[in-house]
Amino acid sequence: MDIAATRTALLDVHDCRQAYHKEASADLVVLDDVNLQLLEGEIVALLGRSGSGKSTLLRIVAGLLRPTAGKVLWHGKPLDGPPQGVAMVFQSFALFPWLTVRENVELGLEARGLARAERERRAEQAIDLIGLGGFEGAYPKELSGGMRQRVGLARALVVHPDLLLMDEPFSALDVLTAETLRTDLIDLWSEGKLPLKSVLMVTHNIEEAVLMADRILVFSANPGRIAHELSVRFPHPRNRHDPAFQQMVDDIYALMTRRALPGPRVATVAPSTIATRLHRVGTNIMSGLMETLAAEPYHGRADLPDLAGDLQLELDDLFPLGETLQMLHFADLAEGDIVLTEPGRRFVAADTETRKHIFAHALRAYVPLVNTIRQVLDERWNHRASAVRFRDELEDHMSPEYAEDTLRAAIAWGRYAELFSYDEEAEQFSLEEVH
Amino acid sequence: MTTITYPAAALGRRLPNVWDAAAILLVFGALVGVAHVASGTFLRLNAPQAVAISLDPIDLPNYAVRTTLRMFAALALSLIFTFGYGAAAAKSRRAAVVLVPLLDILQSVPILGFLTFTVVFFMKLFPGRVLGLELAAIFAIFTSQAWNMAFSMYQSLRTVPADLAEAAVSFHLTPWQRFWRLEVPFAMPGLVWNTMMSMSGGWFFVVASEAISVGDHTWKLPGIGSYVALALERRDIRAVGWAIAAMLVVILLYDQLLFRPLVAWSAKFRFETTAGATAADPWVLKLTRRTRLLHLAAEAAGAALGRVGGLRLRLRPSGDGGRRRAPSRLLDALLLALLIVAVTIAAHRIVGFLSGRLAWAEFEHVVVLGCYTLIRVVVLIALATIVWVPIGVWLGLRPVWARRAQPVAQFLAAFPANLLFPPFVLFIVHFRLNPDVWLTPLMVLGTQWYILFNVVAGAAAFPGDLQEAARNFGIGGLLWWRKVMLPGVFAYYVTGAITASGGSWNAAIVAEVASWGNTKLTAHGIGAYIAQATDQGNMARVVLGVAVMSGFVLLFNRLLWRPLYDYAGRHLTLG
Repeated sequence: MDIAATRTALLDVHDCRQAYHKEASADLVVLDDVNLQLLEGEIVALLGRSGSGKSTLLRIVAGLLRPTAGKVLWHGKPLDGPPQGVAMVFQSFALFPWLTVRENVELGLEARGLARAERERRAEQAIDLIGLGGFEGAYPKELSGGMRQRVGLARALVVHPDLLLMDEPFSALDVLTAETLRTDLIDLWSEGKLPLKSVLMVTHNIEEAVLMADRILVFSANPGRIAHELSVRFPHPRNRHDPAFQQMVDDIYALMTRRALPGPRVATVAPSTIATRLHRVGTNIMSGLMETLAAEPYHGRADLPDLAGDLQLELDDLFPLGETLQMLHFADLAEGDIVLTEPGRRFVAADTETRKHIFAHALRAYVPLVNTIRQVLDERWNHRASAVRFRDELEDHMSPEYAEDTLRAAIAWGRYAELFSYDEEAEQFSLEEVH
Repeated sequence: MTTITYPAAALGRRLPNVWDAAAILLVFGALVGVAHVASGTFLRLNAPQAVAISLDPIDLPNYAVRTTLRMFAALALSLIFTFGYGAAAAKSRRAAVVLVPLLDILQSVPILGFLTFTVVFFMKLFPGRVLGLELAAIFAIFTSQAWNMAFSMYQSLRTVPADLAEAAVSFHLTPWQRFWRLEVPFAMPGLVWNTMMSMSGGWFFVVASEAISVGDHTWKLPGIGSYVALALERRDIRAVGWAIAAMLVVILLYDQLLFRPLVAWSAKFRFETTAGATAADPWVLKLTRRTRLLHLAAEAAGAALGRVGGLRLRLRPSGDGGRRRAPSRLLDALLLALLIVAVTIAAHRIVGFLSGRLAWAEFEHVVVLGCYTLIRVVVLIALATIVWVPIGVWLGLRPVWARRAQPVAQFLAAFPANLLFPPFVLFIVHFRLNPDVWLTPLMVLGTQWYILFNVVAGAAAFPGDLQEAARNFGIGGLLWWRKVMLPGVFAYYVTGAITASGGSWNAAIVAEVASWGNTKLTAHGIGAYIAQATDQGNMARVVLGVAVMSGFVLLFNRLLWRPLYDYAGRHLTLG
């Protein structure tokens, strides 16, 4: 980073904090103590799990959100609303369905009051650059996902922004299309054909970050913080199969599992309470993962990146799954590896009914929320309990969305284990139809 | 799986609780009300208590109950009609040829103009009894409710998802089972929504149909509508106020007691892959779920209905394996010939009927009057658009406000605007204003709200990422309206505007003529023409007026709204 000093800073984020006020208890902190400097000529990736606040940070930089505390300097001046020279590419493309490709691309120029001839010239340029020639008159709904995101890119590039923001730009696309788009974009960038100074992108795909970025900021969740900063020094075009590349991906996996999960020191994990957040992970995918782990070629132990690759799981799917299995003592997570435990092996070997028993036992032992629901039901004279009271209790400790997720997870698991039944309409737990 | 029910728990669940007491009172109160009204319908018309209306506010609750019951009787009829007509049109290719366009026409005919004939018809069915008048009123309401409900049913049945239909076939469901297990549930959300719309429209007609004058006779059925009519005759503005208050209470009650719960309940039939934002359960739904007796009763009724729907009924023997035989060409030709003959006879009769009684000049005159009313409708819809679209967008983009505004706008749309006419008329009389101009706003008084709440819904559904994109690219001012927001809400706006304009045509019949005691205000227009012809009992003129108005409505819909609607569907829908 020795040359960094000579480059000028485009963007400065100082001690940024984003919190949502909650009525009952403490504020819900999404971002805390975030510092970030963006220089000319670099691609920076914000890498993290969902809910780590990376998209929030992107929106703060775009001027769409005002941070609760902290300063954002754009070209050395405090940010007030969406600044000129920042263009965004959206995960959902965010194209206006009633405008053609050309009209969508020209929209940002029209907003700046450019003359028609100039607009047309620049739009044509951007459309050709990004490989959309021939589709100028098409409506977004006529295009495939990959072509739509090209329109999103052209729309952002046509305003010649200093900074391009990309919010998980390829995650709504299939694997092949995403790869093509990534390489096209990186080729244009390294050839200096993009009318840009810097790129800031959000992703939860580790390989994507290593493939594209010069710098990776790894976020930790709850509250969102920048936990690690890594430089990627491979020259473009980068090769995924290069051992050094693979090593870096592995290292980041290890880094993220170590941060997110307390690794081998399982015994020291704070015991779950009724207010522990549960992930909405289906029982089928849990069984599936355990079965895969137990079978060839893993024999009970797997490297997380390999597993993710084999199962086509994204980080956002794999981490909650691993954490849940760890909580239930069916698996351990350590330094980027996942290891099946003895109860996990017994679960895999069992038939459907026995599996339910093993699962029920694990739930009652390690998931206090499920255990409490069952206890309340056993104690009540009519063996019924409203879900509302549990939700209220959860909301004292977490955001309403997390509370809903947690309750949903408890309901699904408890139903599978036949610990209780649940009436969706009445929002009521009961012991009807339970052995 | 075995079911273990604990004896204490079972007993506990069957003991009545406090909610039951409240619910029982409500149910029996309603039963007493129905019995009371029913006993009144068999009175002779010349019996004094049958037709005497008093302006005493104490009698208003009684009138309100009677008016409401007429509404529900008509609603029951409409539902029966919907299930029969909608299903027939969707199931039979031959029936659809006639039934679908017929429905389309019926939707645009201003039924209010036919009130006179239906009254005469029903009076002859039950000579000298109140029942005839009651049936005439109920029929008038029915004609305002049934068409869009049947249409919604037809459309739902035609758009049942292919995979579900295939599943029904592969599990060998009989047509009867398929109808109740798949098609009706699928049609339910649309049907509930349209029923709500129909009820809103129905209030307008019930008020208009309770006091009917044919030629020299004026008949009044006890109800809010006749109460207002009498108040107008006697120039009693206080009584009008009472009637408006009573109506507010009635609509609030049926909205809270019936439609909020129904809409919430029908949400479970919505065919969506993504879970939408769900509102909290309305209190009545909670009440029924908490009261044990009502809950049990509902369960029992549901189980009984389920058994009926599960019957393995079928029309044809199952031998042909569900595959229909090739349609017979000969039968098709025969039906077509029959249809042509029927249409020819009908046309001949209409022309014969009119040409004997009316001159060609009369027709030209009516068309000119139609143009006057057309101008009114166009100007009013344009004005309502200019006022309500920006307000609707403003409200819709603020979720808190949208949630507050939506029920209020729906409520206002349901309120029978004809009850609000008297204060306006008083205003016009007092300031000696030109009725041609100042009677006009009455036409959109009740219908403008459809524009408002559709635009609110549209703006509320506008995707957040598109808003962010617009802000990110600095799109503001006129450009924002032109390229971002107006296209985004246009499809919703058109839906609202179609309803609003249709309602305005209908309202013209009551809005272009207004009276206050002996003072009569008349605007030039086809609505006034029909109203006057009705007063004079001139059947030929009424038919001519209604036919010309129907023509205008049809042309207006076909040439303006339908193309706009199609355009919106093609280019301006999200997703």
